[in-house]
Amino acid sequence: MEIITSMLAGILFATGIYNLLQKQMLRIIIGTALLSHGAHLFILTMGKLKRGKPPILVEGVEKYVDPLPQALILTSIVISFGVTSFLLVLAYRASLLNETDNMEELRGSDYE
Amino acid sequence: MLIAVFLPLIFACLIPFLSKWKQKVHTGWFVLPIPFSIFLFLILKVGKQFSPISQSYNWIPSLDINFDLYLDGLGLLFGLLISGIGTLVVLYSIYYLHKTEQLGHFYVYLLMFMAAMLGVVFSDNVYALYSFWELTSFSSFLLIGYWNHRSGSRYGALKSMLITVFGGLSLLAGLILLTIVTDTTSIQSMIDQKDTIMNSPYFGWILGFVFLGAFTKSAQFPFHIWLPDAMEAPTPVSAYLHSATMVKAGIFLVARFLPILSLSEWFFVVVSGIGIITLCWGSFMAVRQTDLKGILAFSTISQLGMIMSMLGFGTDAAIFAAVFHILNHATFKGSLFMVAGIVDHETGTRDIRKLGGLMTFMPITATLALFGTFSMAGVPLPFLNGFYSKEMFFKYSLELGEYSGIAQGLATAIPFLAVLGSIFTFVYSMYLVFGTFRGEYKKEELPQKPHEAPIGMLISPIILVIGIIVIGLFPHLVNGSFLAHAAEAISGHESHKHISFWHGFVTPLFMSLAVVGLGTLLVLTRKRWNSIYNVIPGKLSFNRVYDWLVDRTERFSSKITKTYMTGSLKLYVQLILIAIIFGTISMIVITNGINLDATDLAKIRLPELLVVGMMVLASIATIFTNNRIAAILILGVVGYGLSILFVLYRAPDLALTQLIIETVTVALFLLVFMHLPKLEKRNESKGSIFMNAAISISFGGMMTLVGISSYTSKWFDPISDYFLETSKSLGGGSNVVNVILVDMRGLDTLFEIAVLGIAALGIYGMIKLRRKKEAK
Repeated sequence: MEIITSMLAGILFATGIYNLLQKQMLRIIIGTALLSHGAHLFILTMGKLKRGKPPILVEGVEKYVDPLPQALILTSIVISFGVTSFLLVLAYRASLLNETDNMEELRGSDYE
Repeated sequence: MLIAVFLPLIFACLIPFLSKWKQKVHTGWFVLPIPFSIFLFLILKVGKQFSPISQSYNWIPSLDINFDLYLDGLGLLFGLLISGIGTLVVLYSIYYLHKTEQLGHFYVYLLMFMAAMLGVVFSDNVYALYSFWELTSFSSFLLIGYWNHRSGSRYGALKSMLITVFGGLSLLAGLILLTIVTDTTSIQSMIDQKDTIMNSPYFGWILGFVFLGAFTKSAQFPFHIWLPDAMEAPTPVSAYLHSATMVKAGIFLVARFLPILSLSEWFFVVVSGIGIITLCWGSFMAVRQTDLKGILAFSTISQLGMIMSMLGFGTDAAIFAAVFHILNHATFKGSLFMVAGIVDHETGTRDIRKLGGLMTFMPITATLALFGTFSMAGVPLPFLNGFYSKEMFFKYSLELGEYSGIAQGLATAIPFLAVLGSIFTFVYSMYLVFGTFRGEYKKEELPQKPHEAPIGMLISPIILVIGIIVIGLFPHLVNGSFLAHAAEAISGHESHKHISFWHGFVTPLFMSLAVVGLGTLLVLTRKRWNSIYNVIPGKLSFNRVYDWLVDRTERFSSKITKTYMTGSLKLYVQLILIAIIFGTISMIVITNGINLDATDLAKIRLPELLVVGMMVLASIATIFTNNRIAAILILGVVGYGLSILFVLYRAPDLALTQLIIETVTVALFLLVFMHLPKLEKRNESKGSIFMNAAISISFGGMMTLVGISSYTSKWFDPISDYFLETSKSLGGGSNVVNVILVDMRGLDTLFEIAVLGIAALGIYGMIKLRRKKEAK
């Protein structure tokens, strides 16, 4: 199963990158969201899948899933949520101010 | 001795205060005692029973970098030249520079240069030597660019800086190699370890680097091009730096390291070969110049070439002759520069085509020039010092030893080349003196009516010319007590040579006579062969090479930068990704990283497969949809799919968070989407689509590979057992993930909260704060 989820993470990465390389700003944000999904899945997969019960201690259960990757992913989800929402508002402001969302047209004003 | 070296530097700090009174007293008067006292200090050391003095002062002892000073005959000769001519130049500059100039700057730079030059010749530590060496380049840069409002000055200063610093850096490389090979930073102990150096594999490199340093500084072919452009400096500077001191630093370097450098059989070929080429080329080019200082600049180049080639001969006698000529050249070239400065000062031009017939107006200057030029040309008059050194040059060029191969060819050619170069030296010397002071007087072309210079300006050149004659008449005065020590310091063994006053009708004398004869012939027929200059330097001029190089470097680097710094974010992302992919894949290949081990995998189940399949479809669909809402919703599908996977893989907290966050994100997307422009299809070329696809697919593939191979090569057990065991006993909770988040690794959570807070503040700021212009 880990091989399949690795491949899924790879596909998420690939589509994320492809979106990142587009010109529209919205697509770039979608790309970053896909990339963070890929990364989370990747961390989960690397921590081994399905090796016991959920990591909530119950009497009599011997084997639990590795809790550390879960904690890491939880942190990461929150952070990527913060960044994504910031990006979204940034894109909103940028496209409003510059009247374009085409990344190829957005260049520094001091560019010669 | 340390005081002698640093006195000018210390005094330079006081100059700004002293120059406030410059309207009353010319700042130069304050400066004058400095070089003079150093000169007195050094002249007291001259004598028959001279023995080297060495002193050491700590600087960075842990790195073996100290101010090790070493005063031997060679250092003494240069020290006397620097301080003596320094005194005369300061005196001359008092009358040359007007009080309205920025005198403070001038004397600060000049004193800085003086200290640096003294440091170079007295240093025994290679790193101290290098520090002073660069300080000479730097202060010379400031002095050349003294009149920085002129573009010529700036060009000349930059050119000399680029070339000498290039040489200086390669010298540093050579010195570092020497330190590594010998494990000492003292020059004298390096010379004691000759054999170690010769047998080391770096010997060739050391030679090359040190030669580069010496040749660029001493304006040897083809690095001579900076010297003529340095003539934009005020004339006292040209007289001091570019005739007597700085340009001899390279010669000093070759002389100082001669015991090491001459271990190689290439020493003769490189030093003498380059020297003789410089001699011929410099004197040939000097004839072409129309500016007085231009002639003198090329003449300096050619004379330096002569000294260099004498050093290259390597015999004791030739080294003595080189030392003798260093002294002679400093006297007559210094006086000639000062004469040129006087002519410029009193007539307003240095263009020799406008000058002529000044003899009657400036009799004293003309006399001085006559002595200077005749000595420079080596005219066979036994009261001029230049004649002796030229005779010695001819004599030793005939006495070269037996060589093989190229060296033998060079040894045979040198006497002829020497005569050739001397003929041109004679031609430009005569042209210089007769073109300026004889001929017809062109009244209309002169900006000012010429008249004799003030006596103060004449003192320095008069002293130098007296030096020419005294050395010419009584060469033994400077010989035994002074020059012999210098020659001994270079070659390492004692050699007491006599400068023959009259040596009979021997070959060198006939060579001199031939020079005079042919030279006179060429001077008289100059107009007929002058057009040769349109052909020979022509396109081969090294200035063109330099300009082309500088121009090309600028254009080429800006072209390269423009190819990748296009301002397009997409291109940068592509470059970054390609670098990551390339690096990772090559690393995997090099370390043979792929090892598939399928023993430790979880079972594949249908529900999981279905979710995975849905996510794959959804993620691919984000690429193809052109509808904003559809794209957002499909992204939501991926997110919810992921949270289902979290459920299936026993991560309840994750699933919960992912669900909520995905919902909020989708809501956010939907909130702003009204304001975002439509996802219109941008026309992309097929190449660019292919490029993007290739990059993203290979990146995804790479990550898959990395995942699989790192998963299947687990080296040690996870540390999670500790968390599971102690969650309840230490953390007091049974939800292990939560205990980790707030208890065991609570710091992460703290800053994650900070991240969210900052994001919220940022969003608030972006929405609320407007520039005033927009607010209207």
